[in-house]
Amino acid sequence: MSIGHTLLGLLESGPRHGYDLKRAFDEKFGHDRPLHYGQVYSTMSRLLKHGLVEVDGIEAGDGPERKRYAITEAGITDVERWLGTPEKPEPYLQSTLYTKVVLALLTHRDAADILDTQRAEHLRSMRILTDRKRKGDLADQLICDHALFHLEADLRWLELTAARLDKLRQAVVSP
Amino acid sequence: MTAPAGSLLAAEGLRKAYGPTVALDGAEFSIHPGEVVAVMGPSGSGKSTLLHCLAGIVTPDAGSILYDGRDLATMNDAQRSALRRSEFGFVFQFGQLVPELTCVENVALPLRLNGTSRKRAEQTALDWMRRLEVDDLAKKRPGEVSGGQGQRVAVARALVTSPRVVFADEPTGALDSLNGERVMELLTEAARSASTAVVLVTHEARVAAYSDREIVVRDGKSRDMERVV
Ligand SMILES: Nc1ncnc2c1ncn2[C@@H]1O[C@H](COP(=O)(O)OP(=O)(O)OP(=O)(O)O)[C@@H](O)[C@H]1O
Ligand SMILES: [Mg+2]
Repeated sequence: MSIGHTLLGLLESGPRHGYDLKRAFDEKFGHDRPLHYGQVYSTMSRLLKHGLVEVDGIEAGDGPERKRYAITEAGITDVERWLGTPEKPEPYLQSTLYTKVVLALLTHRDAADILDTQRAEHLRSMRILTDRKRKGDLADQLICDHALFHLEADLRWLELTAARLDKLRQAVVSP
Repeated sequence: MTAPAGSLLAAEGLRKAYGPTVALDGAEFSIHPGEVVAVMGPSGSGKSTLLHCLAGIVTPDAGSILYDGRDLATMNDAQRSALRRSEFGFVFQFGQLVPELTCVENVALPLRLNGTSRKRAEQTALDWMRRLEVDDLAKKRPGEVSGGQGQRVAVARALVTSPRVVFADEPTGALDSLNGERVMELLTEAARSASTAVVLVTHEARVAAYSDREIVVRDGKSRDMERVV
């Protein structure tokens, strides 16, 4: 996720102090990984340098936490462009799992076992997410669902690969 | 066999062949009261056959099944069907509601078969329908409700006798994600609050994620994933 764009987007509704930005970020997006103050201030100084934000006011005292930031016209355009640009789908073609399976086959290890162990691990994560979803609010549910659907996609790949192991073995071992 | 300590239903060495097709080939299983166990695995691997054996619907060619310390093989048909009626509940992929009965009559049916008066049976049925949020459909017939609603009615019917084990074979198979999820939430919640064990056959990981533990069936053999990881 682009922290810069996210912070910029949060600034669109009005100027905020750095600590306020961090709090808003953590509350809305930082369920798993809250921001460090250092990240906020290094991001803000980069945005300042590019003219995407400006300092709207400084309270008495010193230190970066005294600054209040406001988004600029260029900043709004930048958020607009970011929101309008689709994310590149990650094809994961070089996935570690695929490598493990092929290596297992090449070295005559039990590839089915690797797949089974992995599916159990995936399902374990899915259980934790499902539980969190059950207890959480709508935001939690949406975030967990996103993760759940991705894990499910992996699992489907694991199933399919398990069903094709014999073919894959022939393909990688013989030539 | 001796059942694993604390298990409510346990099986080992299950074998079942249909002519030349070996559906089960030494499968084993165990479940504790209140536990939700997912049975996963590829199509045709023997999941439904395992469920049918465990529920006493299909008699295995070999192996043993212990329910609450009793060996299913030593029971006669009448005893087994009494067991199914009073201690087990069932949910299948397509609700299998009786089309001529209203929804509340469908849910009340297992109680009626056990000799409960109509009034009391329908009262209990309505309570369960309320918990599954389908009490407003009480007077409708299955043909007049949606798939997701019908499935919730079927879950209410499976739970109405407060069974000790619910057997669910692809209970969300015909539903979209949201409805499937709702059915799973309600099923597992209702089961956990009453200490009912749930044997959940599914090929969907998102559905299996509602379970406490999963076993995988491949070529008629089961694998307990807990012992693997
Ligand atoms: N009544 C039957 N008569 C003949 N063969 C059967 C019968 N029931 C199951 N089989 C066969 O036994 C094997 C296992 O079937 P089963 O229904 O248990 O699979 P499953 O894992 O539930 O599959 P699915 O995910 O497609 O429902 C299959 O090869 C099937 O064709
Ligand atoms: Mg089946």
